[in-house]
Amino acid sequence: MHQSILVYRSYRYLKWAALLTLASVVAYALHNPHFPPNGGTWLGYTLGTIGALMILWLMWFGVRKRRYNEGKVKLEDWLSAHVYLGISLIIVATLHTGFQFHWNLHTLAFGLMVVVIVSGMFGVFAYLRYPQLMTANRRGQTLRQLMMTIAEVDTECREIAVKLGDTVNRLVLDSTENTRIGGSIWRQLSGKDPDCATERALSKVRTEVRADASASVKDESRLIVLLGRKSELLKRARRDVQLKALMDIWLYAHVPLSFALLAALTAHVISVFFYL
Amino acid sequence: MSFRTLQKAKACVAGGRDQWPGDEFVAEHFKIAIVGSGPAGMSAGGHAAELGVSHVLLEQTTHLSDTIFKYQKGKFVMATPDVLPLRSTMTFKAGTREEILGNWDRQTEGAKVNVRYKAEVAAITGSKGAFELKLKSGDIITAEAVVMAIGLQGNLRKMGVPGEDWERVQYQLNDPAEYSDETIVVVGAGDAAIENAVALARQNKVIILNRGGEFARAKQGNLALIASSIEKGVLDCMFNTSPKAVEPGVFVLKTPDGEARVPVDRIIARLGAVPPRAFVESCGIVFPSSDPGALPQVSGTYESNVPGLYIIGALGGYPLIKQAMNQGFEVVEFILGNDIEPADEPLLRKVFDKLGSVKVSDVLTTIQQNVPILSGLTTLQLREFMIDSIIHTPTAGGVVFERNDFTDSFYSIVQGSVDIRVNADDPKQIVRLQKGEFFGEMGLISGRRRTATVIAGQGCVLIETPRRSMIKLINSVAAVKREMDRTAMVRQIQTYMAPGVPKADLAGVVEGATLETFGPGAVLFEEGAPGDCVHLIRSGSVTISRRIGGRDIVTAYVPAGNYVGEMALVRDAPRSATVRAAVETETLRLDGQAFKDLLASNAGLRQAVEAKLEDRMAQNVVMEDKPEAGSLIQFLIDQGVGEATDVLLIDESLCVRCDNCEKACAETHGGISRLDREAGPTYASIHVPTSCRHCEHPHCMQDCPADAIHRSPNGEVFIDDKCIGCGNCERNCPYHVIHMSYKAPKKPGLLQWLLFGTGPGPGEDKSEHEHHGAKTAVKCDMCKGIEGGASCVRACPTGAAIRVRPEEFFTLVSQRN
Repeated sequence: MHQSILVYRSYRYLKWAALLTLASVVAYALHNPHFPPNGGTWLGYTLGTIGALMILWLMWFGVRKRRYNEGKVKLEDWLSAHVYLGISLIIVATLHTGFQFHWNLHTLAFGLMVVVIVSGMFGVFAYLRYPQLMTANRRGQTLRQLMMTIAEVDTECREIAVKLGDTVNRLVLDSTENTRIGGSIWRQLSGKDPDCATERALSKVRTEVRADASASVKDESRLIVLLGRKSELLKRARRDVQLKALMDIWLYAHVPLSFALLAALTAHVISVFFYL
Repeated sequence: MSFRTLQKAKACVAGGRDQWPGDEFVAEHFKIAIVGSGPAGMSAGGHAAELGVSHVLLEQTTHLSDTIFKYQKGKFVMATPDVLPLRSTMTFKAGTREEILGNWDRQTEGAKVNVRYKAEVAAITGSKGAFELKLKSGDIITAEAVVMAIGLQGNLRKMGVPGEDWERVQYQLNDPAEYSDETIVVVGAGDAAIENAVALARQNKVIILNRGGEFARAKQGNLALIASSIEKGVLDCMFNTSPKAVEPGVFVLKTPDGEARVPVDRIIARLGAVPPRAFVESCGIVFPSSDPGALPQVSGTYESNVPGLYIIGALGGYPLIKQAMNQGFEVVEFILGNDIEPADEPLLRKVFDKLGSVKVSDVLTTIQQNVPILSGLTTLQLREFMIDSIIHTPTAGGVVFERNDFTDSFYSIVQGSVDIRVNADDPKQIVRLQKGEFFGEMGLISGRRRTATVIAGQGCVLIETPRRSMIKLINSVAAVKREMDRTAMVRQIQTYMAPGVPKADLAGVVEGATLETFGPGAVLFEEGAPGDCVHLIRSGSVTISRRIGGRDIVTAYVPAGNYVGEMALVRDAPRSATVRAAVETETLRLDGQAFKDLLASNAGLRQAVEAKLEDRMAQNVVMEDKPEAGSLIQFLIDQGVGEATDVLLIDESLCVRCDNCEKACAETHGGISRLDREAGPTYASIHVPTSCRHCEHPHCMQDCPADAIHRSPNGEVFIDDKCIGCGNCERNCPYHVIHMSYKAPKKPGLLQWLLFGTGPGPGEDKSEHEHHGAKTAVKCDMCKGIEGGASCVRACPTGAAIRVRPEEFFTLVSQRN
């Protein structure tokens, strides 16, 4: 039945990754080179080669993900392995460095790798945490249905607003036309709009009602209820956009930085072999 | 011809009159007179003209083939049955009404068929060799033989109320687009009425009048169409209402609340057609019964009880165009005394190919003698049945089908025997079936996997019939259904309830067993009621629920192939739970006392039943603790999972909304996704996306005119490229998983896309595509033929998407709660 990538196949890839890490650590501990440990010893080369191949393999995930016709192996296998082996790469690569960090190209490659892995870890967190929040927030509706409900509330608001004088009418029209969901990255990620036309309309209509004693109370209060409802719906829609953005945003770091890593890695390998 | 008659003839031609002047009467004489110029009559005329036989084709209107002429404009006419070859001087292939009629007009003229328009026959008298046909105009035609090809549509059923001759009452509708902004009442509850009403509703206010409370006679597709139209308010429907009278501009109706007067601009009554019985009988032809729909009987050469008078086409019981055209050709040959072989003979010869060089008629006789279930068929029915079937001559020991295959064809044994391995664990435990028996009916009835493996015996000859042909046969020949149900009953009890119990011991149970059907939600029995029977579920599935704290809590889901109700009988207690049909369900109701007697006489069976009972009680205890699990079962059943064989379920707590499932679906299916991930309901984090459930008895398959929807041996329901885009399946699917779509344009290769941006990349572009040919139906085929199975599941990175079979629901539900 349903299984998350972490527990997938009874932690098969966690076991693989643990084995790899353990083997690296043991080898590192037993290894006793003449110089302080570094990438140039036989173990350094071995770990470096393993690390480089792993980076290539991990990046291949992006290609494999898009090969929809390929093979029997489920993508979940790939992702589960990608996550666990990706995390173990930190150990393997760190041991490869022999803890020698300097302001140079080699450490840049290492640093990029760490950033990529950490962004990936956030990705795992996001993938495990946000889907449930999103489902809870949606309450069985799709985003499209949510938008439709908002549109219906809008229509009703406008029908009432025409009876209530110019000021109110303008406010409601403003709420209909200028309410935004999503927008810039920051707007999406914050899940809020500090300058929301609907909030503005809601608070001003409230004051308006207090000021105008002669207004048709029934219509006014109905309008307030509707705007309040719209504001609730907007909160949910923005929360939905926010959660989706949180689930997507890390990929904008993870993927480009992994290409940067690839470039740095290539430079690192070439410099090591040709300019030693 | 004397000089005087020649003079008269000239005068007649010059005057453009078609009657001889003066009181002297000269009848025209022909070898064959054909009445009616529909596909059957026209084809007969064409063949007679081709052979140079003197003939006349009499048509009462001013054009050929009035029935097809009156089809709705632009209607697409099918050429079914596909396999039947056309044997006619005229050509015919599927196309629009206009193409077909134009083609026939040209060919009739080209073949120099002697057509006489506006020639309505009033009476036919005389006998073989000397018939006399009296026309309405008063003309007399004599002929040696008469072919009656008048069809049924010339005689439309009228409303039969006062005032119905108002000029705006019509019984046909050619072009719905001709009318706009009118109030139109459509009378009738059949397919034509529904199609017309919905088409007219686009630019008119339409009310459809139904004498009854539902649209029972319509095809499934039209049923869905009218139901959704009424629901959406596209048109109004008045149920239990019948016409009372027509006044110009007003339709007086009899409604359940009394008389109503509805102002109308137009009334369109589509009440079907009946054989023009009075006329046919006046010619001396006898009808077999007084039923208004009854048709006259004809011989193998289409001759009626009046020698020399032949009946072909719809009036003879063959309403399909191709059949009618073939009969037109053949009847001319028969009249000329040529005994030609039927058009389907080569097809049958091909079917019988495996039997060596044998005569088709001999094989048919053998089949009818050896296989009792087919003995009640007429020769024509048997021929049709055999064309759809396959003859197998498997070698002894060969596997006919395996347990758990998803095939649904039906087998009859013509010769030899087969062995059925009824026990999966013990291949030695077999039941032998002999010549004349049949098997495979259980899969056909339940829509589930094969329950046993079948091995061919020595010298075995089998007929394999596809599900569709078998269902057609069951529906048209009552004896076949009776025979099948009787045999199936014993086998179902043996397979599902009492394996290893000999047939003789089951006699008591079988004796009192009855077949019962339950609509979705109907109660098989209530909690607290006395237990007097056991239900064996033949098809469909049920839920078991108990009242706990005033609420019905579902504690189990039981699919076909199981029984319910044994607890009360074994424990001698009232019913402990309520059992409801989850979907349309058919059960075998076994009498309680007979069941108890069976248990008493059979210790092994008693043990097995008790063991199952204990399992079920243990399961009940688990489920009663988890009312949420029961609600989840109920939710899944409401989503049609109860009739599914394989359904896609998404765990929303794992789904990251990447839509890779949809992209994978599109990428593996020519650019069009058959799955809508986001649409569809969610309960307790389980999301049922809009995607095919591969139902046990697929609704989509019910009414596919092109026979393009099939079930593969692995269970996938798929649409092949025979699809003509009629949209019936889309309307029939209660889960809205089929949609009509244009073919997507070809995508560029990866490099081309990367380097030159020539089109959408992998997984991109889910937009509606531009027109490329005709729309065809698109649905999930569970990635049939793709290694590794469903690509949506394979492409889900987080394991949120899985496919589940009914057997696994309990595991799914109990794991989650």
